[in-house]
Amino acid sequence: MEHLGYLFAAYSIIFAVIFLYVVFIWRRQAALDEELRTLEARLAALTEASATVPAQQPPSDA
Amino acid sequence: MNNSAIRNWLGYTTLALMVAALFMVFDYVPPEAEQGIAQLIFYFHVPLAWVAFASFGLVAIAGVFYLWLGDQLWDDLGYAAAETGMLFCTLMIVAGSIWAKPIWGTWWTWDSRLTTTFILWLMYGGYLMLRASADDTPQAARFAAVLGIVAVLDVPIVIASVRLWRTIHPAVLVTKQGGHGLEDPRMIATLLVCLAAFTLLWAWLLMLRFAQLRTRSRMGVLAVRIAFASAAVSDIK
Repeated sequence: MEHLGYLFAAYSIIFAVIFLYVVFIWRRQAALDEELRTLEARLAALTEASATVPAQQPPSDA
Repeated sequence: MNNSAIRNWLGYTTLALMVAALFMVFDYVPPEAEQGIAQLIFYFHVPLAWVAFASFGLVAIAGVFYLWLGDQLWDDLGYAAAETGMLFCTLMIVAGSIWAKPIWGTWWTWDSRLTTTFILWLMYGGYLMLRASADDTPQAARFAAVLGIVAVLDVPIVIASVRLWRTIHPAVLVTKQGGHGLEDPRMIATLLVCLAAFTLLWAWLLMLRFAQLRTRSRMGVLAVRIAFASAAVSDIK
């Protein structure tokens, strides 16, 4: 079982780095999804506001 | 099947194949007679190289399509492929270095295969630094696309380096004599399973990262629409 340490080190590093990368992607995706929902809600609110504001204005004499 | 379902399917299949690959490496395949168990690193080292090269090829293809069509989708694909390619290329170099220490007696040597691989790593490192430092402008995307296309020219040089120059790196898959260095059928079977596992892992990570970059691009579009909508509301008021 000579060189077992090298074998263990190589496989451990490979899986540890891939695992960390997956965690990084997932956390980033969760943050982006949250931010996207906020932006979509803001856009929806603005669209609604632009649609309702003219109706609240008094009719013009012309 | 939507993208999310495909990603989930890929994730579970990759996990199953990776478990099978580990079982084959540690319990099925016989180690090479001279190198002993250190040679078992080979079964992950070669697939890591394969997926790194595939990634860099995809960066170049995406770069060509981005320069041709100017669609943000191709830029996002190229960026995602470059990042996953760098991940696998780095792991391939690290695994190779750990394998080299007990066999060659050194972590690193300026051998033709290692040197050309290091140049490849530097070029895609430059690509990612360019993406990280520049704003998300079409100009930065064009520069990155050109760099991705130029850098991929090193991939065939890396592959051919063991035949072109004197080297201590083994040519396992295709030797100078034209055969291959895997004499036992179990070695070939294990390598094939490991290649399949890493190909699926690459596809899964690429899809995850690509979806993330698409979300970011979509947010950029939304931000512009919000700015216009805010201006419109202000004008009305």
